[in-house]
Amino acid sequence: MSRPKDAMNRLRDPEALSFWQRTYVPEILRGLKLTAAHFFRNLLIHIFHLAGLWKDRRGAETVQYPEEVRGYSPRLRSLHRLTKRDDGSPRCVACMMCETICPARCIYIVATEHPDPNIEKRPASFDIDLGKCVFCGFCVEVCPEDAIRMDTHILNFAAYSRQEMVWDINRLLSNEPQRVEGIGEIRKVK
Amino acid sequence: MPTLTIDGQQVTVSKGATIMQAAEALGIYIPRYCYHPGLRVAGSCRMCLVEIEKAPKLDIACYRQAAEGMVVHTTTEPVKLARQSILEFLLSNHPLDCPVCDQSGECDLQNFYMEFGLYQSRFLENKIKRRKAFPIGRHVMLDNERCILCSRCVRFCEEVSRSHELGIVNRGDRSEIALREGSQLDNEYSGNVIDICPVGALTEREFRFQCRVWYLNRAASVCPGCSRGCNIELHYNVNRPHQSGGKRVLRLKPRFNAEVNKWWMCDEGRYGFEFIDAPSRLQDFEIRTAQRTVVASREQAVQTLSDWIGDSIDRHGSQSLGIFLSPKLSNEDLYGIGKFARHVGIDCLDFRNPSERPGYQDDFLIQADKNPNTRGCLELGLYRRSEDSGGWMAGEIQRGKVRVLIVFLQDLALAPEFQQVLGRLERLVFVGSNRNGTAEIASLVVPSATYAEKDGSFTNFEGRAQRFERAVVPLGSAVAEADLVASVAVSFGMQREEFERERLLSDLRREYPFFDQEALNPPELEWVYQTPIGQERL
Ligand code: SF4
Ligand code: SF4
Ligand code: SF4
Ligand code: SF4
Ligand code: FES
Repeated sequence: MSRPKDAMNRLRDPEALSFWQRTYVPEILRGLKLTAAHFFRNLLIHIFHLAGLWKDRRGAETVQYPEEVRGYSPRLRSLHRLTKRDDGSPRCVACMMCETICPARCIYIVATEHPDPNIEKRPASFDIDLGKCVFCGFCVEVCPEDAIRMDTHILNFAAYSRQEMVWDINRLLSNEPQRVEGIGEIRKVK
Repeated sequence: MPTLTIDGQQVTVSKGATIMQAAEALGIYIPRYCYHPGLRVAGSCRMCLVEIEKAPKLDIACYRQAAEGMVVHTTTEPVKLARQSILEFLLSNHPLDCPVCDQSGECDLQNFYMEFGLYQSRFLENKIKRRKAFPIGRHVMLDNERCILCSRCVRFCEEVSRSHELGIVNRGDRSEIALREGSQLDNEYSGNVIDICPVGALTEREFRFQCRVWYLNRAASVCPGCSRGCNIELHYNVNRPHQSGGKRVLRLKPRFNAEVNKWWMCDEGRYGFEFIDAPSRLQDFEIRTAQRTVVASREQAVQTLSDWIGDSIDRHGSQSLGIFLSPKLSNEDLYGIGKFARHVGIDCLDFRNPSERPGYQDDFLIQADKNPNTRGCLELGLYRRSEDSGGWMAGEIQRGKVRVLIVFLQDLALAPEFQQVLGRLERLVFVGSNRNGTAEIASLVVPSATYAEKDGSFTNFEGRAQRFERAVVPLGSAVAEADLVASVAVSFGMQREEFERERLLSDLRREYPFFDQEALNPPELEWVYQTPIGQERL
């Protein structure tokens, strides 16, 4: 039985359904068949796995996070980092654009004088309260200096206290960008 | 009296008025850089070009005088193109430092560019490099790259402060603002150049990087620095306390008042707000005995004060109480205190600190009397007319007549007359915003609200009573003086309602016809700056 292209439209308009479709019984049975087929296939493959066979075939499609992860897309918004100048100091000039745009109001910057008058301004402190951040990425978009990015691919920064969720300038500067490879590929985490 | 038409609206102006002034009268805003109503016309920036019918080319509105039958357009395509071209020219050597520039958010280069800019740069050459971010005076920082050479600052120093420190040196695209050889921009009014500079070339050293301007809120106020009572705006940051380290009031700006200070204010007043958030602020009620000082609640303090007053009246009559007021108190507070004093029969009142000497004075704004409300005290008659200083009260204490003294704000411990005798008092009560020598020895200390923390009015030396409005909440447990008196007065059979701010003001105006003045009506905020900065939004 081929799937009708306009199945969704048909569901919205019961008049367009055939008699058997309107009884739902064949459709339910069709769904059960699909699920059951996967169940027995996976069961079989897992049994073979136990016996040390068929290791190249996945038992189930579920990604076994955190033992396994998939390769993240480069557009994924992950933990922030502050980018650095050649001398290792932050690129950030404490313009407060990110603090202003942040819808969660979770960026706290204190500005101070930069010794070089051609740079003029730098952050004395730069805190992001990740407990409040909604990972919208506005801060990255708005930054005129490319000083803040969300390309670390770090997602597991949970902490035991609210205070530990506040990342200060040193922690943010120490984050490194993650090279993107194998988008969508499932990898075992060692 | 020529009548002309601007953008289809007719207006009649006085002879000699410019198109700019005529447009202003109609409420039409013509963009400008070099024009400032308080300075001579320079006509150098060309931003104000407008189209005049039958004229061969565009003309500048700030200089061209209005003529009978003139028809002016300020929004046509040629005018917009002219503005766009002027902006393109100004930006050709502009560094576009907006992220680090303290002016951004209230910068007319930004604002006009948003409206008339070209957006697509055609500039391929290298920009001229100049000296950046260096102090040229005690309060002012110069960035030559950002300067658009409108010459407002130069004209200010020539015409208003008449100190001639600034000039434009070199020619062509090498022209720049420079200090006169061997001088510094440190006249008494130097801060005003920061206000009139339309861009971020002149910025404030004190305010530098304290807060982005769009986080500031503002309140209309009156400068308490001297008896001129310059109209000011208080700019305060309560949205992002971390940025300015918890300091709330961050800068003062003059507010236009044609009769008092025009567009200007002096530096002493401009930077005289530090006490509002200073560590010396009193925040708790303190009751002091010979052995120790304890922090009290407001109720305890009010009870204590009422008991002391009542007790002294019972034992020695109301003559045993003295009140030393301050010419830094508002009219309302003074009136409230006076009302209570009259009610309980205290007539031992004065406000003239014998240790106070007249300060610096000039023929422009600065007055020798550094108190904002001396005239108010005088008009309310809260002093002993037969004496020419408050020193007589020391004599009363010496003779044992005054036993309980309530001091408002003043540091009497500084006055030699009082130094000797304050120890003889049974009770010394200090009501004030900041800790001083008198607070140290007082048996009861009441923290009071500063002018930024309450509504009120000051009367300047010319007799003009002017309102100021509250910007921030009182720090800690601080209370306005009239509110303190109200709490005490209820124990003496008075009604609390009699001490409400608006009630005090209306009673004051009724009882003393002197105070029935136009200027006491709620202030209308007429901002000097074109750019409205963020109000509560962020
Ligand atoms: S990602 Fe969004 S919520 Fe998080 S810090 Fe940036 S702007 Fe704020
Ligand atoms: S927007 Fe960029 S440069 Fe500006 S404060 Fe944020 S991180 Fe720093
Ligand atoms: S003067 Fe204005 S345009 Fe120039 S850098 Fe400062 S804010 Fe930007
Ligand atoms: S420093 Fe400012 S006020 Fe002075 S000429 Fe330059 S832009 Fe104009
Ligand atoms: S404002 Fe008219 S030329 Fe500058």
